[in-house]
Amino acid sequence: MTTKTNAHAKPVRRRSVMAGAAAAGGGFTFGFNVPFFGAHAQAAAPEINAWVVIRPDDKVVIRIARSEMGQGTETGLAQLVAEELECDWSKVTTEYPTPTQNLARQRIWRNFSTGGSRGVRESNEYVRQGGAAARDMLVRAAAAEWKVKPEECSVDKGVITHKATNRKLTYGKVAAAAAKLDPPKEIKLKDPKDWKIAGKPLKRLDTLDKLTGKQIYGIDLRLPGMLTATIKDAPVFGAKVVSFDADRVKSMPGVKGVVKVGDTAVAVIAETYWTARNALAALPVVWEETANSKVSSATIAATLKEGLDAAEAFVGNKAGDAKAAIAGAAKKIEAVYSYPYQHHVTMEPMNATALFTPDKCEVWCPTQNGEAALAATADASGLPAAKCEVYKMLLGGGFGRRGRTDYVRQAVLIAKQMPGVPIKLIWSREEDMTHCQYHPVTMCKLVGGLNDKGDLVGLHVRISGQSILSSVLPQNLVNGMDPVQFQGFAASGVEAAYGYNVPNLLVDHAMRNPHVPPGFWRGVNTNQNAVYMECFMDELAAAAGQDPLEFRRKMLKPKWLAVLNAAAAKAGYGKPLPKGHFHGIAQIMGYGSYVAGVAEVSVSDAGVLKIHKITAATDCGHVVNPAQIERQVAGSFVYGLTALLYGEITIKDGAVEQTNFDSYNMMRIDEMPKVETVLVPSGGFWGGVGEPTIAVAAPAVLNAIAKATGKRIRSLPLMHHDLKKA
Amino acid sequence: MPALTVNGKVHQVTVDPRTPLLWVLRDTIGLTGTKYGCGVAQCGACTVHIDGVATRSCQVPLSQVTGNKKIVTVEGLATNGVLNKVQRAWLAQDVPQCGYCQSGMIMAAVALLKDKPKPTDADIDAAMTNICRCGTYQQVRAAIHEAAKA
Repeated sequence: MTTKTNAHAKPVRRRSVMAGAAAAGGGFTFGFNVPFFGAHAQAAAPEINAWVVIRPDDKVVIRIARSEMGQGTETGLAQLVAEELECDWSKVTTEYPTPTQNLARQRIWRNFSTGGSRGVRESNEYVRQGGAAARDMLVRAAAAEWKVKPEECSVDKGVITHKATNRKLTYGKVAAAAAKLDPPKEIKLKDPKDWKIAGKPLKRLDTLDKLTGKQIYGIDLRLPGMLTATIKDAPVFGAKVVSFDADRVKSMPGVKGVVKVGDTAVAVIAETYWTARNALAALPVVWEETANSKVSSATIAATLKEGLDAAEAFVGNKAGDAKAAIAGAAKKIEAVYSYPYQHHVTMEPMNATALFTPDKCEVWCPTQNGEAALAATADASGLPAAKCEVYKMLLGGGFGRRGRTDYVRQAVLIAKQMPGVPIKLIWSREEDMTHCQYHPVTMCKLVGGLNDKGDLVGLHVRISGQSILSSVLPQNLVNGMDPVQFQGFAASGVEAAYGYNVPNLLVDHAMRNPHVPPGFWRGVNTNQNAVYMECFMDELAAAAGQDPLEFRRKMLKPKWLAVLNAAAAKAGYGKPLPKGHFHGIAQIMGYGSYVAGVAEVSVSDAGVLKIHKITAATDCGHVVNPAQIERQVAGSFVYGLTALLYGEITIKDGAVEQTNFDSYNMMRIDEMPKVETVLVPSGGFWGGVGEPTIAVAAPAVLNAIAKATGKRIRSLPLMHHDLKKA
Repeated sequence: MPALTVNGKVHQVTVDPRTPLLWVLRDTIGLTGTKYGCGVAQCGACTVHIDGVATRSCQVPLSQVTGNKKIVTVEGLATNGVLNKVQRAWLAQDVPQCGYCQSGMIMAAVALLKDKPKPTDADIDAAMTNICRCGTYQQVRAAIHEAAKA
């Protein structure tokens, strides 16, 4: 049933044959394959196990459950499988299983969710086991054909050899027989020091089509008979539609429908996006007035400010008696910081395509969470999940935004009103800018006490502001507390523990939740928590009359210190810099990894900032692809520095004021510092790399600015500050 | 019927002449390599060449480019299946992450190198104003310098 394709959707160069595995029933997709419900094998090849398919021509298809959105997880996970499989890397392609297939096979591919830098760190073990099990089965199949013991056979690059008789067989020749064998009962994984494919700076698998225009993203999808919709949701979040005057636009040429979507949104369906967009712009819509219509950035700030001194707060980390220690300290230092709302701004605006009939519902969408997209599809369509299918398209950026399913739900609700017609919903950039789940807003008051030797004897960190979990995953709150709020401040654990030994410590959170929907944004709460802690650490060092690095060295635990030392050594911290250049440092633990950065900046007499270089060290335990980690580190800095320089979503009359890049600026190449990445993997654990380093960029730069100008900046973005020397 | 020349091929197009070239390319002709990112000529994802000049197609109405204008999109850069030197440098440097902005980046870089075959870092800063949210700028710069040596 692959006949429903069209000339455009038919790929010129397929990266994987559609539905390579007969056993799984089809629907696999990666790259720009455009699959359809019920599609079945074009070229049946045996599935050795859920992770590995080997074709008769020795091509190896590795299944990837996590979503590729630029972070390189497709390549990294494939390296891990290929390493254990001992296949020929040049013959590797990949494909996505669909969420419905995962459901049907009792979640054999486990978690599809792609966020929290967890692709490699949480699935490395079972995908490696998948590769190792497949290798074992392939070798046993060859041994059986030769009537020899498997132990007498060796394998290299997908060729099995029986040395004693000098016989050879390729994986493709024994794949069919191997597929019929039982999986091994015990699987021994390689020691990472023996890796040949994993751990190497291999090129990404998915580059070529991105250079020629062939790569199909969700927004590029074209299906026969497809119409395009665009949508306008309530400017004030959650406000219901009172009325809209469809008659004003439905006779415009090319307009096919004007529909209400849920309680709060209206969409126009048309032959093309441009037609839909123009009709929607001309459509009069009235929304209800709500209490939220009076909310502004100023009212939100007032609420947060009140929380800084509120009596009640959730305690995230506590040691000794911080308040008493500060009261008895020789010197008391206090500062208030703030961090505004941020928008993800994926380059590809939100989109999803849905085809609804009373019997089934199919969705094609870029998503970081295929299983959540499937659940949203089932819920919005009213059909059981088994009758729904979600085909994951390559994401034009994710950064946390596409872990949510609001746009998927909308697409299904629209398609449901025009059964049998595939409808592609595309958000305008303006809709996207004003309907995100924003990086939340917080303020932070820090109070530190120094003894007469300049040692930090007491520290109170009071965070006031918005919780993400209370909105997104309230079931994950712990007695009302949002543990994610304390990223980088946690008392212990492998995720985001606090690195300083402070004898008397209190980190607490006064939760204040404005109506603006919050969400996970690359690095999440490590972003502002690193600014708060690491900038204040420099303020404490200055008050103690000590160098910021030496001040930290007295308190940092070994793994945190090692990474900071590695960054400082590589950057030449403490050595002479060009005239007018200054270093600033920062460190944090996040997503299971230890990271540190040294920023080198200068500020001209006119107050113009130049970030010359950031040297960044990462200890992520094991390195799967150093070249891709370097790209993630540099990329994370662009994201973090954009927030530092320009990022601020403001609220007026309950709605977001920014509408596009002309009012929400982005860092370009001319502001890009040179980024030098230092990898110091210490082994024994698996940390993430997509997010952790983002957090150190802003505080390292702010600390360098303070040295350069004497000005301590405590609120973002920098565009609001005059950096002329104090 | 207005004729539009894209990648050397003439297309007869009947849509509203006010329609931006971006949407004619994507929705009418079916060339989706040119991307929608902002619609207000800020991000550069929709960059194409119009008579050799890098232009943001979201702000160019169809009426301005019919007739003798020659439009080249990212799909038209390779000749007879051989990648352009900029595409080759992009491949060698493993530039793209999500890749969505890269069509526009590449079109801007090709135009820059035509204008300045050996661009300095300052030339790159001035010409490459495209937005990349994955943050590939360091790789983009390296790839442009590599292409300049080719």
